[in-house]
Amino acid sequence: MSFLRVNNLEVTFELRSGGVQALSDVSFSLERGERLGIVGESGAGKSVAAFAILNLLSRPGRITAGEVMFEGQDLAKLTPKQMRTIRGNRIAMIFQDPMMTLNPVLTVGQQMVECLQAHRQISQKDACTIAIRKLRQVQIPSPETRMDQYPHELSGGMRQRIIIAIALLMDPVLIIADEPTTALDVTIQAEIMDLLLDLCESNNVGLILITHDLGVVSQVTEKAIVMYAGRIIEIGPTKEIINDAQHPYTQGLIKALPQQTLPGHRLNQIPGSMPSLQGIPAGCAFNPRCDFVMDICKQTLPEFTASGGCSVACHMVKVMKDQARQED
Amino acid sequence: MIAFLIRRLFQAAIVMFVISLLSFSIQDNLGDPLRELVGQSVSEEQRQELRDQLGLNDPFFTQYLRFAGKALQGDLGTSYFFKEPALQVILKKLPATLELVFGATLIIILLSVPIGVYSAIKPHSLFSKAVMGLSIVGISIPVFLTAIMAIYLFSVELNWLPSFGRGVTEHVFGYWDTGFFNMDGLLHLLLPCVSLASIMLPLFVRLIRAEMMEVLESEYIKFAWAKGLAPTRIWFLHALKNTMLPVITVGGVQIGTMVAYTILTETVFQWPGMGFLFLEAVNRVDTPLIVAYLIVVGAIFVVTNTIVDMIYGLVNPTVRLTRSKA
Repeated sequence: MSFLRVNNLEVTFELRSGGVQALSDVSFSLERGERLGIVGESGAGKSVAAFAILNLLSRPGRITAGEVMFEGQDLAKLTPKQMRTIRGNRIAMIFQDPMMTLNPVLTVGQQMVECLQAHRQISQKDACTIAIRKLRQVQIPSPETRMDQYPHELSGGMRQRIIIAIALLMDPVLIIADEPTTALDVTIQAEIMDLLLDLCESNNVGLILITHDLGVVSQVTEKAIVMYAGRIIEIGPTKEIINDAQHPYTQGLIKALPQQTLPGHRLNQIPGSMPSLQGIPAGCAFNPRCDFVMDICKQTLPEFTASGGCSVACHMVKVMKDQARQED
Repeated sequence: MIAFLIRRLFQAAIVMFVISLLSFSIQDNLGDPLRELVGQSVSEEQRQELRDQLGLNDPFFTQYLRFAGKALQGDLGTSYFFKEPALQVILKKLPATLELVFGATLIIILLSVPIGVYSAIKPHSLFSKAVMGLSIVGISIPVFLTAIMAIYLFSVELNWLPSFGRGVTEHVFGYWDTGFFNMDGLLHLLLPCVSLASIMLPLFVRLIRAEMMEVLESEYIKFAWAKGLAPTRIWFLHALKNTMLPVITVGGVQIGTMVAYTILTETVFQWPGMGFLFLEAVNRVDTPLIVAYLIVVGAIFVVTNTIVDMIYGLVNPTVRLTRSKA
């Protein structure tokens, strides 16, 4: 059995104008120590998926269908109190902007010790010892001094290291990182990513990496999910998706990478923009922007078609597979 | 800290200079003090002589410098009516006013924080909606109306509480008359304090609620939830501490303003404090007393704001008063 298995997850935001589905029919699984990347444009539902796993959706969003099976229990059905024993303990989360993630009026030490004390009976002194050890693990110089400092006294890179240290405090089995390097300087991005990767590998911690950076996904993860307008459109081993993308949208994303263009030429882009969740077109949500659009794309939602190790939600891919089968 | 205090003291000196100049300059526009000082029977010549003696014929700046020089030695002039040093007359009434403001502040703090926090955590509850509605009503009703209605209800109709005066007071520290240590004094404090608090309380409830709701949406609060902390810790430590930063700043100014509002409250309740005294002084054109009152109130403003800034520095780590950058 998989260690994390998300089945047909659906998240709805109840607005005054009616319910808006931010996540529809999302299913995937993760093995212990495995690394999964979730990519997509802004608004594709990546972060909603991450927050839904921890049941941390902000109002008025909530899980309206599906389940999140983790270590034999459905996280979507736990009481708030039960859920608190999972958060920060078994599953930790790393946020996007380190400048905003730490509480400005509490010291680093306070913010670390409280997390340990929330999950187990531990003295202030022992908690400090563990916190300092974790700070050392994320290569923070003179961790004892940092404990008494406030976030504003530290740089962005330093803060993200501290956040990683907080995530590691309780030795979780899974870390969800929501764009952990986006807000950092380019020079520090690689450093932080390497650090995170090392720590996950050496502690056999699973990682769900949410990003819009396909480059990072290809370097770091074993498995990848491409999302569009709240749905998964392609899922499979990262290598296959990067080297042999099937879905026209994924192909477009890869073509848009700066490495794919000759210097001095315009960057490739996918024409148009993602629909708002209130105006998702009928059929395949990508059809207005797709170069290969067919009549069926405007009418029915594509089902998943197996292609190599990947599953792709695209009518064109299905047609091509069917033709190939008939020719055999 | 010492550098901060010195800087603050310097600023306070400038503020006090401007206040004294302004209050002193209105002196000439309040009618003729001679009319109050002497009777009808005094002849015009004698009046002129008295004017010269009092220095009322000197140029404005000569008069001001004389006044400022004396003021620096603690002499703010002599009240025409009481024939006593004006400062002394005011300071005698200061405890009554400060107790009124203190009581009202206590009510505001004890009520606004829990109500504001609760209505921010549960913004859709019936209680929160009622609070929001009532607070608008509270802000809109002027203090004197609240006071009169309270007197009518609790003193006249129900006969539960006294309607005027300070009641029994006790003499403490050789100077201060307090109503806080006996039942009668406390009962007399209740209505005036509630009336004085009535205008600020809704303001603070709304302020705390709005700030808290904004803080609850912030990333660090989401991160606190993701750490698996208990809701009480998130609300009352993580969120409240950040909520209070702007509230403290506003609070400092409002405490000063409340001293000004006491004029209304003290008049309605015949409260023997500074505000009541001020109104009497205006009626009697007792200019030295009026000027002294304005200066004392200005000083209270400066002092409370300095204290509030110091408290702010203790709560907000990004403002460190102790560590000044060399």
